[in-house]
Amino acid sequence: MIYLDSAATTKPCAETVAAVAEAMRDSFGNASSLHRMGIRSEKIITAAKKTLLSKLGEGDIIFTSGATESSNTAINGAADIYRRTGNRIVTTAIEHPSVANVMTRLEEKGFEVVRLAPKDHPDFVQALADAVDEHTLLLSCMAVNNETGYAVDVKRLYRLVKKKNPKTIVHIDAVQGFLKVPLEGDLISISGHKIHASKGIGALYIKKGIRITPLLLGGGQQKNLRSGTEPVEIIAGLDAAVRAYHGTAEHFSALKQRLLERLSSLSGITVNSGEDCLPNIVNFSVEGVRSEIMLHSLEEREIYVSSGSACSRGKTSGVLAAFGIPDKLADSAVRVSMCADTTAEDIDALVAGINAGIERFRR
Amino acid sequence: MKEIILVKYGEIALKGLNKSTFEDMLQKNIKRRLKKLGTFEFYRRQSTIYITPPGDADIDEVIGRLQKIFGISAIQRCAVFPKDFSVIAQHAGEYLREALEGAKTFKVESKRSDKAFPMKTPEIQQELGAVILDAFPHLGVDVHEPEVTVRLEIRDNGAYLSALRIPGAGGMPVGSSGKSLLMLSGGIDSPVAGYMMAKRGLIVDCIHYVSPPYTSERARMKVEALCEKLTDWCGDIIFYCVPFTELQEALRDNCPEELFTVLMRRLMVKIANRVCAANDYGAIITGESVAQVASQTLPAIFCTNAAAEYPVFRPVIGMDKREIVDISRKIDTFDISTLPYEDCCTVFSPKHPKTRPTMEDILKAEASFDFEPLIEKAVRETEVKRFRYGQRTVGLDM
Repeated sequence: MIYLDSAATTKPCAETVAAVAEAMRDSFGNASSLHRMGIRSEKIITAAKKTLLSKLGEGDIIFTSGATESSNTAINGAADIYRRTGNRIVTTAIEHPSVANVMTRLEEKGFEVVRLAPKDHPDFVQALADAVDEHTLLLSCMAVNNETGYAVDVKRLYRLVKKKNPKTIVHIDAVQGFLKVPLEGDLISISGHKIHASKGIGALYIKKGIRITPLLLGGGQQKNLRSGTEPVEIIAGLDAAVRAYHGTAEHFSALKQRLLERLSSLSGITVNSGEDCLPNIVNFSVEGVRSEIMLHSLEEREIYVSSGSACSRGKTSGVLAAFGIPDKLADSAVRVSMCADTTAEDIDALVAGINAGIERFRR
Repeated sequence: MKEIILVKYGEIALKGLNKSTFEDMLQKNIKRRLKKLGTFEFYRRQSTIYITPPGDADIDEVIGRLQKIFGISAIQRCAVFPKDFSVIAQHAGEYLREALEGAKTFKVESKRSDKAFPMKTPEIQQELGAVILDAFPHLGVDVHEPEVTVRLEIRDNGAYLSALRIPGAGGMPVGSSGKSLLMLSGGIDSPVAGYMMAKRGLIVDCIHYVSPPYTSERARMKVEALCEKLTDWCGDIIFYCVPFTELQEALRDNCPEELFTVLMRRLMVKIANRVCAANDYGAIITGESVAQVASQTLPAIFCTNAAAEYPVFRPVIGMDKREIVDISRKIDTFDISTLPYEDCCTVFSPKHPKTRPTMEDILKAEASFDFEPLIEKAVRETEVKRFRYGQRTVGLDM
């Protein structure tokens, strides 16, 4: 099996599996309990926070069920508290639905939502910052796009936005960017299962001094920002995955270069992931072969890729259009996403599979 | 108080000398569907099957299952009493409470097939009516349009009191009319067509065509999920899954594009012919409805039909989409049918299909390539699977 769909999800690493199993066996206590078993679980949670904060900066962490909950909490929570700053929210046209659909909801509630597309702005970061005005309460932008790998310099973005309006809260969806690019934000969403932890665990980073209202009400766990008994087992797994993460830009760059070189010998290939994209995600279109057919044809060789964003099960999202990719190319777009364990042989097998697919299916 | 269920049959009751064959089949179907709910006793008399459930049976579940068995016209929940009116009068109020408490009007209907019973029918009705009015003084009598009809039947083996008569699914017992093969796609129409023919007493097995990698595993799972749903009505279903990729590719490469859909449907029918012949099916069922899509114009249906060597039943042929959708919601296949996974019918479908193909065009196109070896191979490599009544194992997340 050759798994090239790491932007959809990753295989939990051995360290995660071991940490989850160990916590299930030995640390099943409720972190809120006053006795020793509770304290043992609390310590695991505290350690995991420390690990995450070491990657994200000063502030606090709340653990969530995943990035969807993190982003819902961040955006709704900030819109609630900072409404007096103004009514305007700036975001992009390339967001994941877990952000985009929250924005639509806020728009229905009367917020003014401005969406910028990379295709319209050569300097996208500058354009986003320019769109921020004195009434802008929130800016939300993803660090790395899940469909193309397009990366936004969020450190520069944060600096420029704060220069324009220090009151504007900056939320970063870092699901694809965490551990891969430098991050800066008032609120940052991360997901466990994209970095070899398990599904069902995510986190929201909250910069020191930033406040939000909770999405879930209940027993008041996690400083009342996220009620519900903390799932200590998968928090331990997330901690282990972060510490064990070993994907490097060099590794991914070498693989991307190899892939592009080999693809260039095939005809009718258009690469949709340009220089401004992270190398672990490569999106390209194969002229004359629809995405889904190529996907299933590769599947016959046990090579797993994605036709777009796997979350929405085959629905086209319009995100590729926001990058200026025409519909015809989007219809035949294949997304290859790698992890630290991806090898040069995997890439070669993929290209052989693409080549065979072209020969059989191109019309 | 002992409660039993009376199952009345509709059409079967009108059959002549072979009536008992139909009754046997219905009783066998009922037994099979109730098997997992415990040990039931069956007793047949006067065009009625008396079902005595085990003491711990979930009667609502039993009724729910009975309502999906074809051949049953009505289902009645009854309390069984000895044939003694004073005993009946004593317990009637308690047993009828649930049905009558919230009602405004009622009437009593009585039947006396045991003529040895001392009271005559009008007398039974009056007396029982009085008992009920005593117990529920808020009620009024309405003999024309009562909200609740209380029935008391004095039969050979006891007195049966009931207020709940539930309509059955109607039709004929599945199996009593023979075996048929349903061409099941992932769409809305074909499951409805299968349901309708099962209602006429046919065993409905299903044939489906897959074209990996053009169609995905999920598309096949969707059709299997439809089969599972249909077992609620049809009983066990045998599922034939035909590998169709090579035939579709051969069509694409060798035949005029605008005839693709009709030629494809003819190939499907030709494969169905062979499956019918090998497995004793007497008819093919399709979900075609006139004028719905390009392959369902009269000339296109003519050409498809000409490939069939068996009668083709098209029970939804004259129905509007709305009517078909209503049935698919009733039999709970709609939500599966509308899942987005593409089936093989839409693979390579032409932009401008010919709506008036002639047999001359068709035969000429088919002569350009020898499909026979590929048809033979597809039939040989067809996968066969059995779905049991009530089975839910496909695991497609809906």
